Amino acid sequence: MAAALKARELGVEKIIILERSETLGGILEQCIHTGFGLHYFKEELSGPEYAGRFIEQIRQSDIDVKTNTMVIDIDSDKVVTAVGPDEGLLKIQAKAIILAMGCRERPRGALSIPGHRPAGVMTAGTAQKYVNIDGYMPGRKIVILGSGDIGLIMARRMTLEGAEVKMVCELMPYSGGLARNIVQCLDDYGIPLKLSCTVVDIHGRERVEGVTIAKVDENLRPIKGTEEYVECDTLLLSVGLIPENELSKSAGIELNCITGGPDVDEMRETSQRGVFACGNVLQVHDLVDYVTLEAQIAAEGAAEYIKSGGTDEKKYAYAVHQEGVRYIVPQKINIASEKDVDLYFRVCRIYKNSKLIVKIDGETVISKKKPKLAPGEMETIKLKKDMLSKLKEDSIVEISVEESL
Amino acid sequence: MKKQMICISCPIGCMLDVEYEGKELISVTGYSCPRGKTYAETEISNPQRVITSTVKLEGGKHPVVSVKSNAPIDKALIFDCMKEINKVTVKAPVKIGDVVLPNVLGTGVDIVATSEDSGNE
Repeated sequence: MAAALKARELGVEKIIILERSETLGGILEQCIHTGFGLHYFKEELSGPEYAGRFIEQIRQSDIDVKTNTMVIDIDSDKVVTAVGPDEGLLKIQAKAIILAMGCRERPRGALSIPGHRPAGVMTAGTAQKYVNIDGYMPGRKIVILGSGDIGLIMARRMTLEGAEVKMVCELMPYSGGLARNIVQCLDDYGIPLKLSCTVVDIHGRERVEGVTIAKVDENLRPIKGTEEYVECDTLLLSVGLIPENELSKSAGIELNCITGGPDVDEMRETSQRGVFACGNVLQVHDLVDYVTLEAQIAAEGAAEYIKSGGTDEKKYAYAVHQEGVRYIVPQKINIASEKDVDLYFRVCRIYKNSKLIVKIDGETVISKKKPKLAPGEMETIKLKKDMLSKLKEDSIVEISVEESL
Repeated sequence: MKKQMICISCPIGCMLDVEYEGKELISVTGYSCPRGKTYAETEISNPQRVITSTVKLEGGKHPVVSVKSNAPIDKALIFDCMKEINKVTVKAPVKIGDVVLPNVLGTGVDIVATSEDSGNE
């Protein structure tokens, strides 16, 4: 929605939003907790309120919206094929496409936990939909595996609705969620967070009766003798999000093996000219505010592409993640770029009192002290115009973390 | 007494070093905006939280509609407040901002809808 509105503002005339769900707003509709919009609206909003502000603007615009409409193919000539209840099969020749399909949760099948397939094992997001949209509780005694933000949010939500959340187990020695969520969702309610701990067995045939948890060693393998049985009727999984890129693949777009999203330039243009990506389909975000900003960048890119016809040849410099940095988005920067470029990235582990170093072709251009860096919190660094002027074709922009001793 | 706390006012999550005596704040460092200081003060004297939940909805597209307290309420009142919220049933249509439960537990805080439901056609 943010991309559509921005493109409209920039003079793009015919815009259509194709939405698989019955309503606009995506996952925000079920995220009824507050904390959205602090950055963008300078207000603390709930998910539906945040989405609502954009839905209202879309309603007042002449942007076409088709809900309940699923895009089934995008080809390399930008022909979008979709199916919906009104027209049935629908083919649209687009000049530019912005991908904003979001991500999905990693399911149980990806975890190889043994045991039967009893009812009561589900992702935290599924439970969130049951409670917040459908209005019923999926269980009463809960264990949560994974400390991603949705898992933490659901620990609090289930507690408020009268369930007993016994613990949150996290495989890693640190949480994958935001520090504020540990405080307000777990600490506030006395829910223990067990780090370096995982679920090694699920008990029960028809319904979950309990799980066996165990501590893990530094190679993340369960340690024999540390197993503990925990009685519960529900196991919620909050074990990671995967950008949903099946359509991107069929469109022949190159994907990044770390982010799971397309490789993009600073305008969020993918390897297919005229196809842009933003939000969780590009990289999993912590904050919706940054998704909005990213969508607006993609819209600027798309509007510019439509105006210029995409005939300009782009010369790129490349962003390379070094020591301590897991990935950087965008992966490449047009050296002719005239605006400041924000680089978004995540670090590999928790660092205290460290330095972020940015180098262009070996020369340090930014050195920034950081009291704390964590993989659960996306970082951003601005490349200003004067730094960008140093970029030549095939220049390398490196980001690394330097630990102070 | 001294302790560390994480400010929850925004997602930055500043680590605050707080010195206090009983319910009185003596000093706080580590915040990067004024909200951090305010957070430390209320957290020491009278911790408060915004509550979010759902209430039952009659005649809506969905059986429930999301709500929040339009201001923070005392942390100690959260579960009592949840009991009151769970007694409420509203009728569709509902708009964002509609008061579904005024002055909950005499706190002066209203419970308001945070999503809309135009009802079944």
